[in-house]
Order: sequence, then C-alpha cells, then structure tokens
Amino acid sequence: MVEWTDFERATIQNLFSKMDYELVGPAALSRCLVVYPWTQRYFGNFGNLYNAEAITSNENVINHGKVVLHGLDRAVKNMDNIKDTYAELSLLHSEKLHVDPDNFRLLADCLTIVVASRMGSDFTGDVQAAFQKFLAVVVSSLGRQYH
Amino acid sequence: MSLNESDKAVVRATWSKISKAADVIGADALGRMLCIYPQTKTYFTHWPDVKPGSAHVKEHGRKVMTGVAMGVAKIDDLSAGLLELSERHAFQLRVDPANFKLLSHCILVVMAIMYPKDFTPEVHVAMDKFLISLSLAISEKYR
Repeated sequence: MVEWTDFERATIQNLFSKMDYELVGPAALSRCLVVYPWTQRYFGNFGNLYNAEAITSNENVINHGKVVLHGLDRAVKNMDNIKDTYAELSLLHSEKLHVDPDNFRLLADCLTIVVASRMGSDFTGDVQAAFQKFLAVVVSSLGRQYH
Repeated sequence: MSLNESDKAVVRATWSKISKAADVIGADALGRMLCIYPQTKTYFTHWPDVKPGSAHVKEHGRKVMTGVAMGVAKIDDLSAGLLELSERHAFQLRVDPANFKLLSHCILVVMAIMYPKDFTPEVHVAMDKFLISLSLAISEKYR
C-alpha cells in the first residue's frame, strides 16, 4: 500500500487538473523517442521517425502521446490502488505489446522534463518529488504483471 | 553511446548559453536532489543545513558546476581531463556512482525549467549523453 501525504495527493490532483493533455502527451512521447532512440522499436508502423523533426510532427506519435497521457487518468483517480488499476494494462504491455518495462521509466523521465518546462519555477523540489513518486508507482504497477 | 562531433557541438553551444547561470543551476539541481532522493543526504551529514537555498548547498552546487565546466572544456578526452576529479571521488569522497545519474537528472530538470524553449529534445539528448559520459569519467578511478 502506497502512503500518500496530503501534500502529495493535492499536488497530483492539481498538476493533472491543469495539464494540457493535447500538448504534454505528444511532447513527452516524442521527446522519449528522440532522447532514447531505442524506444522507437515499438513503433515500426508509425511511419517517418527519421529525425527529431519528423518524430515531433508525426501524426501517429501525436495521437499516441495523447492516449498514453490519458492513460494516467485512472491512476490519478485511484491513487490508493494504482497496482490493481493497472493490472490489465500491465498484462497487455507484457503479453501483447512486449514492451520492456524499463521503457516506462524512460517515458516517465521525459514526462517530468516536459511538465517542468511548462510549470517553470512552480515545479519546486517538493512538487517534483511528489510527481516522481506518483510516476514511480505507475511505472512499478505497469511492470507488475510481467511474467 | 559516446559523444559524436554533433553532440559536442550542441553541448558547447548550450554551455555558452547557460554558463553564466551555472551557480544557480548547480544550487537548484543539488537542492532538488537532496529533497527528492533523501539517501543522497548521507554524504552531507557534516553540513548543518541541507535545505535548498542554504549556504552550503549553494556553495557546493557552484563547485559541482565548476566540474561540469571542466567537462565541457575537456570534452574531447573526458577521462584524461577529469583524472584528478576522478581520483578525488574514488579515494576520498567515495560517492556511490549510482548517485551521479540522480544529480544528472536534476540538472536536466533545472535546465528544462530555466530554458524551456532552448531545451529541445535534440539539446536534451546531447546533454544527457554528456552528463552520462562525465559521470563515467568521474567513476574511472573507482576500481
């Protein structure tokens, strides 16, 4: 059972209520594909991922970025049971998509960077700590059902 | 994942843009690291205050960025260029090298906060590679 302080709960709810999903999702995913190019292995059918500009403007990347970020909504709404919330998604990523779970951590780092760049000085050390803790729980839950 | 000429060019160009704020970047990154990864505080029990903004954190952040600056200057041969720093970390400070990536991550976050438009994915990947290479050079003499 993950224990959340009041500050952590409030920070996560606040962050996501203000999040521009349409911009942040695509920005985080495209950044991940550029900064950690081996993650492109899962998107062979996405078309042109040849360079940073192609990746960032790729329609499939943009759409998928939105899907992924909205996927976090369930965790935001169920902070006290993220593990069970993502059990099915975890199995999907393992059995069907065959995604190395380390990639979740890489995407989480890129998401942190994108959120930081948008929030500026409001993204204090305490806020960053809460956000990273939340993402760490999500990442752990997504890897939990791998076998 | 070694630095190619294009990476080095991006690192040099980025550094010339941010170097005047190096002290601020260092202090913020170090303060964040101590806050977010409490295990890193174990190296600073001799400080009265490890809170972000404290004099010790500021001074040490400045010191760390002096090392980063040295890395930029010696980017063509980091192992040789940072030999002394590596020996200090290996034999005196004995910081577990796992912590280098924690501080590197915080440096990148601070760069994203302070330079949101400049910290593009291309700059991000070059700086990430550079900080990893720097960390490797510092770890060189450990064993």
